[in-house]
Amino acid sequence: MSELDAGTAQRARPLSPHLKIYRPMLTMMMSIVHRITGAGLYFGLLLLAWWLIAAASGPNAYSAFEWFMGTLLGRVILFGYTWALLHHMLGGIRHLIWDTLHGLEPAERELLTLSTLIGSVALTLVLWVIGYLAMGGPQ
Amino acid sequence: MSAPLNMRTPMRRVRGLGAAHSGTGHFWHQRLTSVAGVPLTIALVVIVIALLGRSHAAVVQILGSPLIAILLLLFIINGAYHMWIGMQEIILDYVHDDKWKLPALIANTFYVVLVAFAAVYAILKLSFGV
Repeated sequence: MSELDAGTAQRARPLSPHLKIYRPMLTMMMSIVHRITGAGLYFGLLLLAWWLIAAASGPNAYSAFEWFMGTLLGRVILFGYTWALLHHMLGGIRHLIWDTLHGLEPAERELLTLSTLIGSVALTLVLWVIGYLAMGGPQ
Repeated sequence: MSAPLNMRTPMRRVRGLGAAHSGTGHFWHQRLTSVAGVPLTIALVVIVIALLGRSHAAVVQILGSPLIAILLLLFIINGAYHMWIGMQEIILDYVHDDKWKLPALIANTFYVVLVAFAAVYAILKLSFGV
């Protein structure tokens, strides 16, 4: 068997380089995060459905939901859902602006991307402080 | 005017609407539902914060009131369609083996319809009692 026969078929063919040759950039990371938060919200709809079904089912079902949301795991999930929702919303607004061909210059797109990240974290914290106070605040 | 010798109009390409036969329909609907999603998301956040710490009876009364129920119904229906398109796009991007692709696409539709239908039913029950 000649060397040539040994396997053009079996030998791993070269792939053109893609993701791994790029230096991670903010716009690229935020594009990935937009998709990840979208996928998170996809499963987060279960949370919203559980809340509504519990409310419609009666006081016992509702207090079970409230109990879960009061646990550490429940709090972490709800905090993550809040951030993912706000981040996906702000990221979506950024994409809508880009769809109109505005804000695509290097400095503009960096600013837009950074502001959605900072904005989503800041908004999440503000909403949780408001929520904490609505729940009765420090007791 | 020296126009290129091409008698075909864009209509020729549009008629076939590409391999999916729906053209850019999903692309456009994803933008449409994202625009609608912004005010509806803000409404959801305001409603949830307003309900924090309230008793079950108060929550039921508020969730069943027309304005709140309509906003929540719109959020869920709009969001469900938006995330159905989004997850289909994710599946088509990463799942290339037909053995998994078709079940994944079917599961996406079943999941979205099931969860959205359950949430819509709950809101209607809160609105109309029983």
